[in-house]
Amino acid sequence: MTVMRTVWNGAADPKAAAGTGAPALVGRPMPRVEDGALLTGVARYADDLPAKPGTLHAAILRSPHAHAEILGVDTAAALAVPGVAAVVTGTDAQRVASPFLVGVRAPMEHWCLAVDRVRHVGEPVAVVLADSRYQAEDALDRIAVRYRPLPPVTSIVQALDPASEPLHPALGSNLVNSRSFRYGDPEAAFARADRSVSVEVEFPRNSCTPMECFVVLADHDAAEDAYEVLSNFSGPFAVHPVMARALKVPGSRLRLKTPPHSGGSFGNKQAVFPYIVLMAVCARVAGRPVKWVEDRLEHLMAATSATARRMRIDAAVEADGRVLALRMEQTEDCGAYLRAPEPASLYRNHGNLTGAYDIPNLAVTNRIVVTNKTPTGLNRGFGGGQLYYGLERLMNRVAVELGLDPLDVIRRNLVAAEAMPYRTASGGSLDSGDYPATLEEAVRDGALDALKARRDARRAEGRLYGIGYAAVVEPSISNMGYITTVLTAEERRKAGPKNGAQATASVAVDPTGGVSVHVSSAPQGQGHRTVLAQVVADVFGLRFEDVRVNTDLDTGKDAWSIASGNYSSRFAGAVAGAAQVAATRLRDRMAALVAGSLNSRPEEVRFAGGKVFAAGNPDNALSFSRVAAAGHWAPGTLPDGREAALRETAFWTPEPLKAPTDADYINSSACYGFIFDFCGVEIDRDTGAVRIDRYVTMHDAGRLLNPLLVEGQILGGFAHAVGAALYEEYAYGDDGRFLSGTFADYLVPTACEVPVPVILHRESPSPVTPLGAKGVGEGNCMSTPACLANAVADALGGPVPSLPLTPAKIAALIHPPEPPRPAGPAGAVAAPAPSASGGRGLSGEGSREVPAPPEQVWAILLDPKELAALLPGCEALDRAGPDAYRAEVVVGIGPVRGRYTAEVALSDLDPPRSLTLSGSGSSALGTGRGTGHVTLERTAGGTRVTYRYSAEVGGKVAAVGGRMLDSASRLLIGQFFEKLVARAGGAPAPAERPGLLARLLRFLGLNR
Amino acid sequence: MPPLKSAATPVASVLAADARHTVTVVLNGTPRTGQAHPRLLLSDFLRHELGAHGTRVGCEHGVCGACTVRIDGVAQRACLTLAVQADGRRIDTVEGLSQSNQGPTEGRMTALQEAFRRHHALQCGFCTAGILMSLSDYLGRNPKPTEEELRDMLSGHLCRCTGYAGIVRAVMDVTGQAAACDTRSGEAAHV
Repeated sequence: MTVMRTVWNGAADPKAAAGTGAPALVGRPMPRVEDGALLTGVARYADDLPAKPGTLHAAILRSPHAHAEILGVDTAAALAVPGVAAVVTGTDAQRVASPFLVGVRAPMEHWCLAVDRVRHVGEPVAVVLADSRYQAEDALDRIAVRYRPLPPVTSIVQALDPASEPLHPALGSNLVNSRSFRYGDPEAAFARADRSVSVEVEFPRNSCTPMECFVVLADHDAAEDAYEVLSNFSGPFAVHPVMARALKVPGSRLRLKTPPHSGGSFGNKQAVFPYIVLMAVCARVAGRPVKWVEDRLEHLMAATSATARRMRIDAAVEADGRVLALRMEQTEDCGAYLRAPEPASLYRNHGNLTGAYDIPNLAVTNRIVVTNKTPTGLNRGFGGGQLYYGLERLMNRVAVELGLDPLDVIRRNLVAAEAMPYRTASGGSLDSGDYPATLEEAVRDGALDALKARRDARRAEGRLYGIGYAAVVEPSISNMGYITTVLTAEERRKAGPKNGAQATASVAVDPTGGVSVHVSSAPQGQGHRTVLAQVVADVFGLRFEDVRVNTDLDTGKDAWSIASGNYSSRFAGAVAGAAQVAATRLRDRMAALVAGSLNSRPEEVRFAGGKVFAAGNPDNALSFSRVAAAGHWAPGTLPDGREAALRETAFWTPEPLKAPTDADYINSSACYGFIFDFCGVEIDRDTGAVRIDRYVTMHDAGRLLNPLLVEGQILGGFAHAVGAALYEEYAYGDDGRFLSGTFADYLVPTACEVPVPVILHRESPSPVTPLGAKGVGEGNCMSTPACLANAVADALGGPVPSLPLTPAKIAALIHPPEPPRPAGPAGAVAAPAPSASGGRGLSGEGSREVPAPPEQVWAILLDPKELAALLPGCEALDRAGPDAYRAEVVVGIGPVRGRYTAEVALSDLDPPRSLTLSGSGSSALGTGRGTGHVTLERTAGGTRVTYRYSAEVGGKVAAVGGRMLDSASRLLIGQFFEKLVARAGGAPAPAERPGLLARLLRFLGLNR
Repeated sequence: MPPLKSAATPVASVLAADARHTVTVVLNGTPRTGQAHPRLLLSDFLRHELGAHGTRVGCEHGVCGACTVRIDGVAQRACLTLAVQADGRRIDTVEGLSQSNQGPTEGRMTALQEAFRRHHALQCGFCTAGILMSLSDYLGRNPKPTEEELRDMLSGHLCRCTGYAGIVRAVMDVTGQAAACDTRSGEAAHV
């Protein structure tokens, strides 16, 4: 039905193809040089690289509390565990490190290990270093931390409430920063507009969760006080000085290396940096090399997250749908700490806040709050998903409220082709493209008419079907200065200017004529080596396989800058461009050196087909390897005073990237692609499930260097966006406990959930970048959630719930409220129940016949020895006071197993009829408390034990075992009664009824 | 998880927890022996004891599928298997897929591996080994799956890079079937 616009065999670009005749490699869908190693298993990721002899393995003790004071950390028992070499705590961090720099002037201290307070579940509190990871994890259970819980702040609304408990007491408030901006004359536009239209939306927390977790290998050279670290860090290397400062060394004494392969990042591996510092501290404290491999539970709970954002946008609109002005209020949840480079998520799109639209008047208020959740960071789409979700829902509302076709509203407001380069209200420079023509091409080639007919047909059948649209600009190559827009002009003057986006590349020839390329782009699977080989081979007129690309990075040896790294879709535009610049310079130097022997002028020297020759005399050719090798073998033959052409390093920064002006105009990115999407979705009336029926995505990403890889980037970004729109959310309880701690809870779309979109292209080369390329990998994370939500709105004919658009949320909109549930059968009911504090609440009741008189059952229950024998996993139970016990219990729930100390109290004792059991506790596995009421009733066969309990759990168990808690509880309670029956002289019976006591105690255990 | 190979094999409950036990597997056709505590995961044993790091670890709770290997021919999660359970068994990993790592066929990939490359079915490659191992088992039993069957089988693996399109295309190609899911085809969007 439609075709990709890309010309597969590429068009020779005189800038790229220096030679004559040979088709250019750039622009062709080359399969990747990376794939051989990856497909055969020989590729080496960070965890596959050799560790130094004597390396210790680290395991991290993490906070079970969302918010608590640390009263004390006792590591003595952990140090006694066999194999343990050291336990590192916040005190050590205070001794050898300093807090991380914060991008906003605010009295907030973020240490690599919590020092006096924990501010989110999963925050590192201590590190055990042992001979093996297994031993280190064993010892975590032996660290005793005393906490005093504090009221948690778990939503943006709550954080804005001045009465909320401040996370950082010196700050006095959870509102860290607030800035207002005014561009054009928004007040006048609102005054003269026909009407205004508003939306309020909230974008949830989610994350791209690369399949490989964080890895750090750290070593400290005590003689020179220098650190050497290998980590799958992805950049930006602007974080390198942050790490060096935290370690109190100059950057030259923090040598950071990256591995040859990395298992994905999507921005997330930026957030390994606090662990780089943490493990460097550990190596220094232990005096030995340290290795840490993050596990998935750690990653989901505490690695990083996209920001959550609340947004209200008002549009001043004319009756025809023309938008005259926007008034935006954005409030960004950055989690417990403002961790570098935050608050970048909020400012990354500052130059393109008006998207693809010609809206000259803009008022913006940006607020940044802290909450008791994981600190945020880079994530594919970085701020764009949040922004465009609000903006594109707004454009849709404009159409709905004015009774217009949503597509016409988009058409009416798009930036015109003649306006390029278009300066946005806030100072961005949209560099190229014909947005209206691109849209019309997508409408035609993507067969929108057929989709509309399909919608009508489905609706005629009574089905819920909707069409959505989204138009966005996709920024790429971030201006290192955009983040300073969060500062006032005065603060910026004091701090000094920040701008640009320095990319680096080195190209060298070896004595055999081989060409090697090095870039500091820290790829995470995108295929940078392939594209660079295409680019550089074209420059030298060589074959693809003649160029070898190295993307490992060693800050102690390689060229890099703070802008280095893999983020802001900067590869195609900036890094590949820098490689072309370096290669061209080297080629030109070679041409100058060889021109004489070819009886030619340098500008007439050609490189093609592995030969070097004068344009007018191709038969008199030298081999490339001969020319390239001359500088190595025979420097004495070079023309006098000329340096050999052996290696060239280029630093390239986009010209249009200036620092913010005093009036806060900022061109936040070097170039801007254009995306127009539309889709059809059908909603299942019974389940509320959204099915993507058809999705068309049109991209203008400038020149496509390798269409196969471009397609891969779009498909991958689209899959992430489908997850964000329909399935994924980092969910927290109201008390801050984390509820999405496994891949069974955090739902990543599988092959059954991700449809294949129709991908269309237009190529409007960027005038800004050397190769004319723009970024392409993030766009669908910006456009697709909004496009799907608009389609769902169209299908429902009304409001849409917040993302993710899960069946439960949508079903609640399309179904009448369910009648109350009929009373269930007598017996055990363990059902999740809302708890007062909003955590993972459990309650249940049941009863069980025990073949012994109540007095005997009572005696058993009140005898600590007997009780200890009954409790599953109980290793010790000591009397801690009158009717109070202290229990040591080992419990496993799902993938988590751990040792707990529970404090248990018996009260309301009415022997031998009833008692209340209550308890609480916490451990590395989590926190919890619960109460249970037990009654004993004499029966013909003995005693009927009836119980009722309620409990709540938090921390790791709630995060990873949520879905297993009920059944696990039932099982444990069943075991308890099984043993009680046996103890009371009865025959073992099938344990179908949960028992309260066990459950409770177990919880206590859980809890502590 | 199939039962241990015979009654004579010590079951986990009688292995001393604190001791390392000798575990011998036939890894990609070659007998290999290592030491393992009873709780050592097969994934850790392969990677760190035997140095067969081609098997990747993505979640360690059995959902993501990255660590999938074949145990006596059956695709299974190495992270949900203890090394001692694998004693005496045949283990096949991604390193053994291409027929030979030495000799005249060195570096020659299987048709499936080649199709993965051709169709850009991988980016970071971290999930790829597990998917290849599952497919090598699955396609042996179902040589011409429909796209729906294939996607159902692939749903046991998480890939964050590709959106699965290239993987589906590669398998449909290598099984001699037309790839329905082409980004250039209008019907592609319907799953």
